[in-house]
Amino acid sequence: MRVNPPTITSSEAPALAPVRFETSPAAYKHWTFEVEGGIARLGMRVSENDGLREGYELKLNSYDLSVDIELADVVQRLRYEHPGVRVLVIESMVPRIFCAGANINMLGGSTHAFKVNFCKFTNETRLYLEAMSAECGIRTVASLNGTCAGGGYELAMACDEIILQDDGNTAVSLPEVPLLAVLPGTGGLTRLVDKRKVRRDLADVFSTVAEGIKGRRAEEWNLVDKVVPSSRFREYVTDRAAELGEGEGPRGRTPTADGVSIEPLAGEYTDEGVTHRHVALTFEGRVGTITVQAPKQGPPADAAAARANPNDLWFWRMARELDDVLLDLRFNRPEVGTLLVKTEGDASQVLAWDAFIAEHEGSDWFVHEMLCAYKRCCKRLDLTARSLFALIEPGSCFSGSLFELTLACDRSYMLDDPDHPIQIELSAMNRGPLPMSNGLTRLQTRFLGSPETLEAALAHEGPWDSRAAEEAGVVTISPDDIDWDDEVRIAIEERASLSPDALTGMEANLRFAGPETLETKIFGRLSAWQNWIFQRPNAVGEQGALTLYGRPERPVFNWSRT
Amino acid sequence: MGNVDLNARIPNNVALNEDRRLQRALEAWQPKYIDWWLEMGPEGFQADEVYLRTAVDVGRDGWAHFDHVKMPDYRWGIFLSPQDKERVVPCGDHFGDKAWQQVPGEYRNMLRRIIVTQGDTEPASVEQQRLLGRTAPSQYDMRNLFQVNVEEGRHLWAMVYLLHTFFGRDGREEAEDLLRRRSGDVDSPRILGTFNEPVEDWLSFFMFTTFTDRDGKFQLLALAESGFDPLSRTTRFMLTEEAHHMFVGETGVGRIIERAADLMNELGTDEPDKIRAAGGIDLPTIQRWLNRWYSSSVNLFGGEQSSNAATYFASGLKGRYKEDKYEDHVALEGIYSMPMPKNGGISDEEVPLRNAMNELLRDGYIGDCEFVIGRWNRTLEKAGRPERMFLPHRRFNREVGIYAAGDYDIEGNPISDAEWAAKVDGWLPGEADMDYVKSLMKPCLEHGKIASWIAPPKKGINGNPFEWEYVRYDGSSAGVALGATPSLTGD
Ligand SMILES: [Fe+2]
Ligand SMILES: [Fe+2]
Repeated sequence: MRVNPPTITSSEAPALAPVRFETSPAAYKHWTFEVEGGIARLGMRVSENDGLREGYELKLNSYDLSVDIELADVVQRLRYEHPGVRVLVIESMVPRIFCAGANINMLGGSTHAFKVNFCKFTNETRLYLEAMSAECGIRTVASLNGTCAGGGYELAMACDEIILQDDGNTAVSLPEVPLLAVLPGTGGLTRLVDKRKVRRDLADVFSTVAEGIKGRRAEEWNLVDKVVPSSRFREYVTDRAAELGEGEGPRGRTPTADGVSIEPLAGEYTDEGVTHRHVALTFEGRVGTITVQAPKQGPPADAAAARANPNDLWFWRMARELDDVLLDLRFNRPEVGTLLVKTEGDASQVLAWDAFIAEHEGSDWFVHEMLCAYKRCCKRLDLTARSLFALIEPGSCFSGSLFELTLACDRSYMLDDPDHPIQIELSAMNRGPLPMSNGLTRLQTRFLGSPETLEAALAHEGPWDSRAAEEAGVVTISPDDIDWDDEVRIAIEERASLSPDALTGMEANLRFAGPETLETKIFGRLSAWQNWIFQRPNAVGEQGALTLYGRPERPVFNWSRT
Repeated sequence: MGNVDLNARIPNNVALNEDRRLQRALEAWQPKYIDWWLEMGPEGFQADEVYLRTAVDVGRDGWAHFDHVKMPDYRWGIFLSPQDKERVVPCGDHFGDKAWQQVPGEYRNMLRRIIVTQGDTEPASVEQQRLLGRTAPSQYDMRNLFQVNVEEGRHLWAMVYLLHTFFGRDGREEAEDLLRRRSGDVDSPRILGTFNEPVEDWLSFFMFTTFTDRDGKFQLLALAESGFDPLSRTTRFMLTEEAHHMFVGETGVGRIIERAADLMNELGTDEPDKIRAAGGIDLPTIQRWLNRWYSSSVNLFGGEQSSNAATYFASGLKGRYKEDKYEDHVALEGIYSMPMPKNGGISDEEVPLRNAMNELLRDGYIGDCEFVIGRWNRTLEKAGRPERMFLPHRRFNREVGIYAAGDYDIEGNPISDAEWAAKVDGWLPGEADMDYVKSLMKPCLEHGKIASWIAPPKKGINGNPFEWEYVRYDGSSAGVALGATPSLTGD
């Protein structure tokens, strides 16, 4: 189908080198990583001049996307390559400073779209870190051996435990409101009251004191779990890590378990798109298409066989590739507003893989980890601020785990052509192991207002054909072969004509029905407010606080409130 | 406000008796202060009667009273310079507004930080110097040490008064913490680096009072320009006392230089070993001590380019050294050309004036230090010596600011790690130096006597001769334990 070339009225982003998300320990510039026994130590040592872009220096262990890409890689590798690790200690290798948070000059020089995506990515990374504790039993300890401000404290709050050095100086702080007139952007406020359960009035005081809170009071207010005098600090952290690391991890994460090394995906990135082994991204104007290929072969015989060529396993590789493509789309293709999601291949192979995952994820850490990778990637799709349409066409394989992709979409179109029948089918993957950030499955969220429809769908045995699928409510519409081209074309053209801002807001509102969780609050509430505040003159106007930070002038605010 | 009440439990000119709440708070703090003084103040001499001056007024003449007094009985009081009712905020965005008599809410935390940071240095230096009494080179010098110590104690009172009066419960907690931190303690150190370095010998003491107290002077000068009037008035009066501390330091080093010059002339040599053999301190050693304490003190002005400094100035909390000498008190337009480390070299970069306020203050400080060096060199000149003392470059041996990351030689040129390692022994005190200077630290406690490595002062204190009895030893005194005669004349 052909979409009229869009008229792009404004291009916010200047041409910058595209961001790539794959890295490896040998290429780390900002972190040290060591594993000894069951304890991993991650040391922050940000290299001032190795930021992603020109124009700012990453002083005082402040970070930009390049630092966070490495952090995400560390977390991922820890989970796969070091199954014997029970505890991760995050500390700073820079004297007197743990982390000063996101670099202000970097934020000041970034486009709005970049800031939003930067925050989203850093939030996803912190949630990934946080999930590691629940999913892999790897406990995390933030060892605050120096001042910890803003994003630095938010990183600490993403850990299970925070230990603060008590030396009369070292404080934790969220100085964003008093200093910059913006919000802590990585879940700070939410984790303060929701995770750490800091009393709201104390949280209010804390969030307006730029210099932060130190010593005993930080512990009394539960801003940290423990304050320890400098002379005993290192020893205490080591002892505490050892204590947390006692016993064995879940699903065979034993001290002697062999890791699975992550090899580069080696995708091809061009102006026309991205090509991976199982996932491809292409464009036509402002419309992109993601195509996911079904496996050519079935799953390994058992969990042990999965270790033979782990990087070739379809389920894991597909998840990693899809994840990479989504990040590429977010950061490098800002003008692609509509994304069509397609699949190709043999659905029975997908279902066979699903059965394999369902059978072994409870007992084998690596199989479970593959499941977690796909869970994370589906959430990343939920949180991608583009209009998502699933096109279910002949030759597609939207069953089981891949059916989740259609459920993540804003709409799904399934061709109803008796000459080319298509089927979709549920598997165990649709019944619980791939929850959204609201804690529900995509089907549960979809049928929130109609439990009986949900029951019926879940009780349905075997596949649905197009008409039955529409009737069951599991797809949006199933146009017949006569209407299909027009229906799809018009839907896409109409979508492409609407305000991208309004669509972003609308979609984010509609996608996450149901209960609130820490995650939904972070993305839905905090990020939404942050994105608003980040646009306001009080922050980024000529006399805004963020604009003037580090400059000689003091900000001037417009005092009217909404 | 204004009348001096010397008979109150806490002598003051702030009408403490009219503010019951504040009076009670300060009276509750007082015994804790005395406990701290007994624990951390001059060790071994607390029962002795020391000839000290006490502030009794704030006028230009006759503000001080001299008498023999036991240090724990010293009348630590609260004295502010007289109020100028017409005073305006002297700088920043609020320039020209009426000066604040109360803390503006939006600046409360910043002001508290400023006051706590300043206040922390006062007890810190007492702690750093607490063992020096035992090795005093003369009674005159011992008395000067204790004079400096009690006045640093009074400066702590001055800052605590502000914390108690204007900062509510936070302020009271900070006041307690000022007594809780300990210089050099790993777990509870003083806030600023230099104030955690031990002052173990008298050469260090004189360098400290010359260079580190002089940093204090410049910080006080900047705070004297604060739009928060009570802070300005407090610091103005502190400056009067501070002048004496710098006098002690400058004349102390001067007398050591004088002694070295005399020895060089007597012996007809400038060889350090020979000067040492004669019991003096050679000039290169003095220079190394100078390099150490000067470079450490230069750090205290903070980062060269500082948004905090800009904010303090913009908010009118801290002004420039001699703010009234400037025409533009808003300082939004100006540029400071700052030498920045770049690619292994140094190149000038333009920094907005407000962001360079720390550097501007450091410039004033360095200029002031140059005068001191000039006066020391005049001593050498008068003695007919060709040697000269000098200030290291401001980039030398830095631990704070843009020059902290690299190594620079004594003239400020960037050098490699290897070069630094090869040359550092010539620039900073080494172990052998320390051992030698330590070996000289023998008590010389009887009045009229003086150690071999320092010349006597030109004159004594308050019109009294050098030989006078400035310290009357109690039987329990460390002085007596070290061999001095207990005094019989106590009153
Ligand atoms: Fe002082
Ligand atoms: Fe002083």
